[in-house]
Amino acid sequence: MKTEEMKLDGNAIGGLLMDIFGTDLTASIGVCATCGAVGHMAAVDVYVHAPGVVGRCRTCGSVMIRIVRSETKTWLDLSGTRSIEIVES
Amino acid sequence: MRTLVLEADGWTGHRAGQHLDVRLTAEGGYQAERSYSIASAPGEPLGITIELLDDGEVSPYLVEEVRNGDRFELRGPIGGYFVWDGSGDAPVLLIAGGSGVAPLMSMIRHRAAIGSRTPTRLLYSSRSWDDVIYRTELEEPADGLEVFHTLTRSQPPGWTGYARRIDQEMLGEVAWPASEEPRVFICGSTRFVDAAADGLVAMGYPPLSIRTERFGATG
Repeated sequence: MKTEEMKLDGNAIGGLLMDIFGTDLTASIGVCATCGAVGHMAAVDVYVHAPGVVGRCRTCGSVMIRIVRSETKTWLDLSGTRSIEIVES
Repeated sequence: MRTLVLEADGWTGHRAGQHLDVRLTAEGGYQAERSYSIASAPGEPLGITIELLDDGEVSPYLVEEVRNGDRFELRGPIGGYFVWDGSGDAPVLLIAGGSGVAPLMSMIRHRAAIGSRTPTRLLYSSRSWDDVIYRTELEEPADGLEVFHTLTRSQPPGWTGYARRIDQEMLGEVAWPASEEPRVFICGSTRFVDAAADGLVAMGYPPLSIRTERFGATG
């Protein structure tokens, strides 16, 4: 299967993000640190086939979020996300 | 394909369009987790529809093995983006590819349950008539709900509906003009969602008015 066909979106990691943040993030608004594009976290391009989860900006393709989990740790890299406006839904 | 009705301890209720995660743990601790859209309306018994993927880790168990009374772990409800609460007067356009109809079915059932008169159209793409999920229910739509089928691989004798993949011409016939500012929910594979969303943007729909949910072929 081609990489493009394995693309999901932020809805697919809604449960994972809820575990980490304690609230739903899919309706929240994220800003890409690379290009400044603004959009729902649900609309981020998501790839789950790596050892971790990678979320990329739909506009410029830059990595916005990386998450790797083990049994005892969660590693979260948000350096590609400038800000997240968390909307209580 | 199988629909399961779940009884979940501590479940707080869901909104139409949300999903849940099923987590299975094998002896030895190996875990597999998959997301399933909730197809039932809020307030109804919790229902999910599972498509069997032969090389899947979770769907063979849920479709072929699980029995009444079995227990497994759930997380949810999940999602605040791909939801429709029945508020607002804007018409609603629902576009489904295959089992992507499940969260849209929750919206359709919710619409009926609350007596909403919001004009609603469902454009539903399936491979064949036998692949149409919730077929009987969709054959008698509630007032103000219009259902358009397209069958992409094979059609029954005398079929008068669409018989091709969703394209610009089809969207032009089914979708409201952008000037009516419809709310749009599209669910299906990545390729399907991209085709439908791009087509609507070409009709003048603002990209942010189009809410999408993509599912992958991991079962």
